[in-house]
Amino acid sequence: MGLIDRTSTIIKAKINKILGKFEDPRETLDYSYEKQIELLRNVKRGVAEVTTAKKRLELQKVKLEQNFKKLDDQAREAVKAGREDLARVALERKSNTQAEIASLEQQIADIAKEQEKLMVTEKRLSAKIESFRSTKETIKAQYSAAEAQVKVTESVSGISEEMSDVGLAVQRAQDKTESMKARASALDELVEAGTLEDVTGGTKDDIDRELAKIKSKGEVDAQLDALKKELGK
Amino acid sequence: MIVRLMGEGQYELDKMHLDEINKIDNNIVNIVNKGDEKTFKSEFKKLTDNVRRHGKKLPDDILKPSDLIIPPADLTFEEAKMIFKGEGLIEG
Repeated sequence: MGLIDRTSTIIKAKINKILGKFEDPRETLDYSYEKQIELLRNVKRGVAEVTTAKKRLELQKVKLEQNFKKLDDQAREAVKAGREDLARVALERKSNTQAEIASLEQQIADIAKEQEKLMVTEKRLSAKIESFRSTKETIKAQYSAAEAQVKVTESVSGISEEMSDVGLAVQRAQDKTESMKARASALDELVEAGTLEDVTGGTKDDIDRELAKIKSKGEVDAQLDALKKELGK
Repeated sequence: MIVRLMGEGQYELDKMHLDEINKIDNNIVNIVNKGDEKTFKSEFKKLTDNVRRHGKKLPDDILKPSDLIIPPADLTFEEAKMIFKGEGLIEG
């Protein structure tokens, strides 16, 4: 059995399970409709989750870009102060940050694609549910249980197949979002642990402190010289 | 016949393309057995491209079961292996 047969067989088995659940096919319609509404809610939740994950990655990218600029400034200051060692540290971090930014950009593009796909899925499912709802009303109004069977089988099969499809799409999108969230958390930790330094720019990092020390030493030296001159020493 | 490309929707496809689709599907079985991920990607793409190229997309509000169901176009090699192992992708 090939890929197509296996996939089709699994889905058909699911559909048969639903079709065999109730004596009265009209009950099948109501049951299926309930499930559809539930699934649509799931899809909407999926869209919201993906959107949140994307925003988080975008925020991280902004922070890293700020850090990138700060490290560049630090490197310049360090060179001005004649501290090549410090400039080297800043430039190394700058290059790491640049790599992180590039990787984030790729992930943001991936998740944007996922978001787009889910939104199209939501639209398609909504259209099918609406179509199912009107078919359901017609069948219930016009047919006896015995007469309804054929019509119910077709519409329920059609929508159940769609539901399996959508269910898988949501599940895969959630899996991808989870792995991106895990990666974003790891990056947060990296930022907090100081590996990439405090990108929020809130507290001073080690390069800042070192540069401040150089600056204050320079000021003390200048004041000392001024004092010496003043006192004629 | 109606073919579903999971994640995309349903297509109306002339039966004359069925042989080609079955041929590619059989190739995929062998490729997955051999563990050749790279060839899997290109062969599976042939399958989805084939449906998109020759098929006519059905409107969203049509409620009809498909004759063939093809897994999503971005199916990974690992997922394909899962389908063959009988674990499948879709929960029962």
